[in-house]
Amino acid sequence: MSAPASTVGLRLKATGRNRRRLVVNTIAEGVATAAACAAVLILAIVVWSVFSRGVHALTWDLFTKGPAVFGQTGGGIAPAFAGSLLLVALATLMALPFGVLAAIYVSEFAPKPVAAQVRLWLDVLNGFPSIVIGIFVFALMIKTKLPVLGWGHHQSALAGAFGLAVIMLPLVSRAAMEVLNLVPAHQREASYALGVSKWQTVLRVVLPASLGGILTGTTLAIARAAGETAPLLFTCAISGTLVDWNPTHSVASIPLTIFTYSEAPDPQSHAQAWAAAFVLIAFILLSSLTARFLFERSRRKLGMAA
Amino acid sequence: MTAPATLPLPGEALAPTRNVRDRIGDRLLAGLTAAAAGVSVLIIALIVWRVVDGAWPAIRLFHLGFLWHNAWNPVTSQFGARDFVIGTIVTSFGAVLIAGPLSIAIGLFLSELAPRSVRGPIGTLVEMLAAVPSVVVGLWGIYVLAPFSAHHLQPFLSSFLGWIPIFAHGGDEVESTVFTAILVLTIMIIPITASICRDLFLGVPTELEEGAIGLGATRWEMVRTVVVPSVRGGVVAAVILGLGRALGEAIAVTQVIGNFIPLQPSIFEPGDTIASRLANQYAGAVSNTQVASLIYLALILLVITFVTNLAAQRVVKRFELQRTGGGS
Repeated sequence: MSAPASTVGLRLKATGRNRRRLVVNTIAEGVATAAACAAVLILAIVVWSVFSRGVHALTWDLFTKGPAVFGQTGGGIAPAFAGSLLLVALATLMALPFGVLAAIYVSEFAPKPVAAQVRLWLDVLNGFPSIVIGIFVFALMIKTKLPVLGWGHHQSALAGAFGLAVIMLPLVSRAAMEVLNLVPAHQREASYALGVSKWQTVLRVVLPASLGGILTGTTLAIARAAGETAPLLFTCAISGTLVDWNPTHSVASIPLTIFTYSEAPDPQSHAQAWAAAFVLIAFILLSSLTARFLFERSRRKLGMAA
Repeated sequence: MTAPATLPLPGEALAPTRNVRDRIGDRLLAGLTAAAAGVSVLIIALIVWRVVDGAWPAIRLFHLGFLWHNAWNPVTSQFGARDFVIGTIVTSFGAVLIAGPLSIAIGLFLSELAPRSVRGPIGTLVEMLAAVPSVVVGLWGIYVLAPFSAHHLQPFLSSFLGWIPIFAHGGDEVESTVFTAILVLTIMIIPITASICRDLFLGVPTELEEGAIGLGATRWEMVRTVVVPSVRGGVVAAVILGLGRALGEAIAVTQVIGNFIPLQPSIFEPGDTIASRLANQYAGAVSNTQVASLIYLALILLVITFVTNLAAQRVVKRFELQRTGGGS
């Protein structure tokens, strides 16, 4: 009597071709899951290595003192923190107005083919390697000898910030375009219906509605610029041991400090490089996570209004 | 019926009666924003012009032969790009070969397999990997990845594949190698390619997927026959964008590759790339010819990445046309 039951059991098991299909499916699902786990694992390993090695060298001196004189221990990288702040602030001042205005042009004024062209070329600019941007600013400096770009030793925070701004520009602009496009058409129409002119509509209705999105896009661009080394190599690499806020001087910066310290023979420099990397990565991950969170929220809000 | 005549639409109909401030304001804002857009696009022209101009002395001296001539000797002023070009191609394609399939797999996991509650957080984590600055990846590469690669991965791989010259192992455990650079680049391009792939796969219409499942396909068969074919062009573009990123990465590569020419036959030996040489020589250029040669290298890199990016854009555009054409 138990024989039929067992044949039924056998029937339910896939055999032959079907069995192979199921096995292949399981393998494929396993590979995809493993790949995703590997990516997350790598991030975890990178963050953990930076954290575990950097946290020991995180002292108050690191933020307040200049590099120690050769042969002495201690010291910090205060000039690099100040320099990075200066560089990123200058770069944001250069990139933000152009990026936002260009985005307003594309989404509010430009005829369709022109808008498509501007978008295409901004994407191309975004694809340029950052080292090439650095070389470009360098070539601009040695050729033009503008007093602002090359004062004293030809390198300056302004030149470095200009390089960073070229990198930020397409990021800011594309983010702004995306948000401006999300502003619902009926808000513009309501404004026109009240007899408001186009420029007033843009400045008083469209721009305020998308301000949150533009700010978060800018934060993402700042996070990117803060970690960029390549554009500074040729333009703002010489630095002193004191905190320097003069934009016409070449200043120290966090990424470049990590870069040079990582290849220095002195183990204390390595520890400081890890500590600097820890601060940098913490800043970048926190600010971009916050920005993305806010971006999603403002996008949802705009989407709900539509 | 006479109402429209007394209440004209905004714009042209009202123009004569509009006050001067609005007319000027409209023109001004349009002009200002157009100028900003123009400047943003003209930056590209400025970059190309300045780089070509800076490279001009080297172009006149070495002509196109710079591309296949192999030397980097500041003393005799002999410069050539061959080994750097080969190094760039080997590292980038190596990275894409590993990262491409992995990224597609991650994209599939995030779009088709992962439970909804896991999807968001893991997707964000993968994208966060892209936010780690290259100098930090490079620092990690020097002190964590390179030793692991030299003592475990490279001997292991060459014990299987050592009979092929490019996987030959010299016996010494070298830390700064082309292979380490490939691994670093792989890590850097996976998040870019994977997140684009995920978005593409999520865009595949659910009816198509359900149709395949309804016909009795397994999940894998659905992916292979419906999901991937319907976004093939986009996946190719995503991989090309990753390639573009790998081609231009300077800092992380220069930290781990060893900056060594002439080219070695094995990838378990030091090497160099265009971008890495540029980053490495930032303080060391002594003569005008060397500076011009460096800028010439940058020009080559610019052309390569430019062509790569335009190719990706083209693929996307053709793919979009195909899709809208097929959909209607």
